[in-house]
Amino acid sequence: MSGLFEHFNFAVVIILMMVGLYVVFASNNMIKKLVGLSVFQTSVFLLYISMGKVNGAQPPIIAEEDLHGASEGGHDVVAQGAHHAAEVLYSNPLPHVLILTAIVVGVATLAIGLALVVRIREVYGTIEEDEIDALDYEINLEGAAE
Amino acid sequence: MSNIPPTLMLDMGLMAMLLVVAFAVVRLRSLFAIVMLQGVYSLLSAAWFVSLDAVDVAFTEAAVGAGISTVLMLGAMLLTEREAKPVAMQKQLGSLFIVTITGLALFYAIGDMPAFGDAHSAANAYVGSDYIAATKNNIILPNVVTAVLASFRGYDTFGEVVVIYMAGLGILLLLGLNGNAGKWRAQPNGQDVAGNRNSNADSEAGDKS
Repeated sequence: MSGLFEHFNFAVVIILMMVGLYVVFASNNMIKKLVGLSVFQTSVFLLYISMGKVNGAQPPIIAEEDLHGASEGGHDVVAQGAHHAAEVLYSNPLPHVLILTAIVVGVATLAIGLALVVRIREVYGTIEEDEIDALDYEINLEGAAE
Repeated sequence: MSNIPPTLMLDMGLMAMLLVVAFAVVRLRSLFAIVMLQGVYSLLSAAWFVSLDAVDVAFTEAAVGAGISTVLMLGAMLLTEREAKPVAMQKQLGSLFIVTITGLALFYAIGDMPAFGDAHSAANAYVGSDYIAATKNNIILPNVVTAVLASFRGYDTFGEVVVIYMAGLGILLLLGLNGNAGKWRAQPNGQDVAGNRNSNADSEAGDKS
């Protein structure tokens, strides 16, 4: 039980990811599919960010005295300050950088997907996947008969 | 009950709300409600990002995930439909099966993951602390995320900008630069697909010209 408690973030994030994946798989409506993809994506962001969390740490923005202590370490007083501040814990900044890039790229792909949905609706008159399949089948059948 | 730290209770509350919103997205069929719930989901995850010390990610997610995506989805929804048609339960069983199997496999792998908030886990111990030290020594900016994004990994950020440019170009090409938006019709095997469904004067005028 304590093992699950240490990993509760992963347990919840996996459930969220699977809910998003289920919406992608099970829904016929393309906008709903894209919302599911977006939920799935945000859950993956949560997975990465929760891995970079350090207990009792600060956000990865270096404290003022720490920054100056490192650059002008010659002075005694400042060096003492730096020594004191060296014990400040920061959370891992690398997942944050990765996910910042992923958020922006995710919006770019979402916009492309929505543009495709709008074009599909213009051509087929529907955005339900099974209806589009039926329409394709019908047209191909009629075209073969001609 | 009293020895649970308040941030942990905040995490639990936010995660419970995220679960409720995600399951509501599965159950609902009104596209407007679904799109708005996606915005709520992004905003809740942004709140959790603040609690997880990822402040830069939090405000990007709040602006981009909850703002721009919601606006894009609302626009697409207005151009298409308002309601999703129901899907028969037996058609959902296959995807339910696949999702359950995948989820169980992932749950099996949880045991190998580092504990929540472990400072000495493999993910947090080496490269991340190296970047913090390098930022202190080489770069005047206090924000490590900005330093890594703009300086240490500047080429990756440039690649990201290229991706956004390509996406914008793709959308312009898909939706039509030349005023033909909405008038183009697919003609597989030489016949008009949407013509017999909603043939209006607009498309006929487009054909003549």
